[in-house]
Amino acid sequence: MKRSGAILLFVLVLAIIGPWLSPHDYLSTNFDDMLRSPGLSGLHLFGTDDLGRDLFVRTMLGIRVTLLVAVVASLVSLVIGVTYGAVAGYVGGRVDAVMMRFVDTLYALPFIFFVILLMVAFERNFLLIFVAIGAINWLDMARIVRGQTLSLREREFVNAARLTGVSTARIIFRHIAPNLLGIVVVYVTLTIPQAILVESFLSFLGLGVQEPQTSLGALVDAGVNQMEGASWMLLIPAAVLALILMSFNFLGDAMRDFFDVRQTP
Amino acid sequence: MSLLEVNDLTVQYGNHAVVDTVSFTVDRGESVGIVGESGSGKTQTALSLLGLLPRNAKMTGSVRFDGEELLNRGENHLDGFRAQRIGIIFQSPMQALNPYLRIGKQLRQILLQHKIATGNDADAKVIQMLDRVGLPDPERQFLAFPHELSGGMRQRVMIASALICAPDLLIADEPTTALDVTVQAQILDLLEELRDDMALLLITHDLGIVAGRCERLLVFQAGKLVEAGATVAVFASPRNEHTKRLLAAALRADRGEVLAPADAKTVLGVEGATVSYRDSHNARLQAVVGVDLSLREAETLAIVGESGSGKSSLVRAILGLIPMQGGRVVYAGEPLEGPVELRAAAQRRDLQLVFQDPVSALNPQMRVQTIVGEPLLVHESTMTAESRKDEVITMLQKVGLDESYLRSYPHQLSGGQAQRVAIARALILKPKILICDEAVAAIDSAVREQILDLLRMAQHESGLSIIFISHDLAVVRSISHRVAVMYLGRLVEVANSENLFALPRHPYTKALLDASPVPDPLVAPVAALLKGEIPSSVSPPSGCVFHPRCQYAENICSERRPELRQIGGARVACHRAEEIDLSS
Repeated sequence: MKRSGAILLFVLVLAIIGPWLSPHDYLSTNFDDMLRSPGLSGLHLFGTDDLGRDLFVRTMLGIRVTLLVAVVASLVSLVIGVTYGAVAGYVGGRVDAVMMRFVDTLYALPFIFFVILLMVAFERNFLLIFVAIGAINWLDMARIVRGQTLSLREREFVNAARLTGVSTARIIFRHIAPNLLGIVVVYVTLTIPQAILVESFLSFLGLGVQEPQTSLGALVDAGVNQMEGASWMLLIPAAVLALILMSFNFLGDAMRDFFDVRQTP
Repeated sequence: MSLLEVNDLTVQYGNHAVVDTVSFTVDRGESVGIVGESGSGKTQTALSLLGLLPRNAKMTGSVRFDGEELLNRGENHLDGFRAQRIGIIFQSPMQALNPYLRIGKQLRQILLQHKIATGNDADAKVIQMLDRVGLPDPERQFLAFPHELSGGMRQRVMIASALICAPDLLIADEPTTALDVTVQAQILDLLEELRDDMALLLITHDLGIVAGRCERLLVFQAGKLVEAGATVAVFASPRNEHTKRLLAAALRADRGEVLAPADAKTVLGVEGATVSYRDSHNARLQAVVGVDLSLREAETLAIVGESGSGKSSLVRAILGLIPMQGGRVVYAGEPLEGPVELRAAAQRRDLQLVFQDPVSALNPQMRVQTIVGEPLLVHESTMTAESRKDEVITMLQKVGLDESYLRSYPHQLSGGQAQRVAIARALILKPKILICDEAVAAIDSAVREQILDLLRMAQHESGLSIIFISHDLAVVRSISHRVAVMYLGRLVEVANSENLFALPRHPYTKALLDASPVPDPLVAPVAALLKGEIPSSVSPPSGCVFHPRCQYAENICSERRPELRQIGGARVACHRAEEIDLSS
């Protein structure tokens, strides 16, 4: 946990302060300095792209955008998914049936089609990516939480709370939800990489972040086009992406143990 | 030379010794009981004999079986002893049997593995063994899967699998703890009957079981063997303090004082209560059928019966946790109806429940302070956090815990402490009626007595009425004023404790009393009266639901349903209650 957390923190701090340390910015093109390989010359640590833009600064920007999309989308799915799933699971009966059939219906919508529709209907903007990714991820979360809630509802401490007269809302949020924490945390750390991948995928398709803004996915996309002459344009953002994904996965495992009070002696 | 010689056996996990320099012997044909509380190292000792402990267990000392060393030997070496020379029965037969294999196949494998029989010969041997352990229709059961059998039948299959190679030593680790008392008596009888000249190492927490069935006794405490000797001698004059405590805490159903009936006004009346559910096959299951009961002020009313008799369903329906299909409940002149969420706050705070499993009844993510204080938070919303904390501390002190537990999580508590916390939560609102659903069944005997004292004290102080559900008649005898016996959802007998224990009127009550193990080696165990197990309540037997298991049954019993009638000091539902003599 310490190592993966430290890596993530380092990457985050670098992404925030990195661009300040570089003399370059993410926008300005320099046609005298195109496709320079990584190194200290001209202070292009990660080299430059085919428009002569500094890749170090653009990678840092990409990390910011990618992490922001991933964390916000996961939080959206967390809040909606846990509330929805816990209510459906605890109330049960007809309410549960209607709520879960609604989830099934949303599942049936083809995701890419859904995103393209959103793009067509609204201006392309940042917010849409959050909405699109969040709208997909909370479905899984709701299903998982509902399943857990169904089994928690049968536990005696829930009956004890009912007998005492604890309100249904308090039972859901104070008795059921904390016991879901372990599985939810693990699932969130799985959805963050998933959201990162989806965002990268959308950007790769040209549906995500738009130039001159960038994300790790968009950088990888640009890198693929220059793969033969300038392999660093692909390798560096891809390596950063892989590092972030792996760190989140390890962090997830560690968080599950951390949130289990039974682990504290 | 003894059959089994254990010398200075120590089992360690890390630096923690769970079994500490234990030495004992078992002779050929001898029956030895190991008793102790949970966590005393009984099971660890048994498993170490056969090399069944997890890899991280470090074992030192020596275990010699018939002269050969078993400790820390390879799997191949041990395989020659397992099943063939030493058989073992575990507590939970459902977990010890493979759910995907038919019974016959599992037993056959043992014979094939040890090259004792092959082909049709093996099948014949298995069927013969199933017959010996009393499985009805063994040819058919040969093809059954474990889940198709009842708990008692599964344990019979386990016994068959342990005995099929005719071992010299049988280790039985809490073989009847998961079973009803009536089935327990059957299984213990069966072990006795099949034993012949085989040695038996019987591990149990229940002194009543070893008293009647073991020649010698080993008492464990915290990994150490604290007392060993002939059963009669140990019971008559225990030398060790811990043994004395265990013996003092052992309750018996056959003698001792009973409480005189409480003569007070009725606080809770139940009329014609009926509860049914749909089971997983959508069949209607009659859990409770037309039960009439009343509870008086400051009275403890025990409800007893085997599992499946509807005790828990009845009280859960009274409390509004599950819906009631018929009948009514009156509390303090007002009807109690509908789910608990819709009841008046005053009614909710007057009826509280204590559950069987204290660990599951406490939210694992909450600290003791929050758990015990929550009822106050709900019902006394004007109370400040400070005074709520004070109330919680006072309540914890009443149940024998102090302030230092406020910040504890449930998993940090022992079973007894957790049950105290659960009782504190139930009592903090000063309810008028406390319902205890098997509240001491999962608790060691020494702690059990303290919990019972706690309940008696609460009753004495505030006139609390208690409904005490239990399958253990020895506990019931020590705490209840009145007893209601249920069978398959129906009341079969209701009587004051003094009448019921002196002269049971219903054959089922009599059978329960006889099956209750007596912690006294001078009282020979009564051979199990009750054959078979409680039938499914989806299709209850005709007439008197008890008649298929009743030795006094006549034609009328299968034709007409008996009503509860007043006979002597009891209400009994039995056609032949006047004719049959159940004294002695």
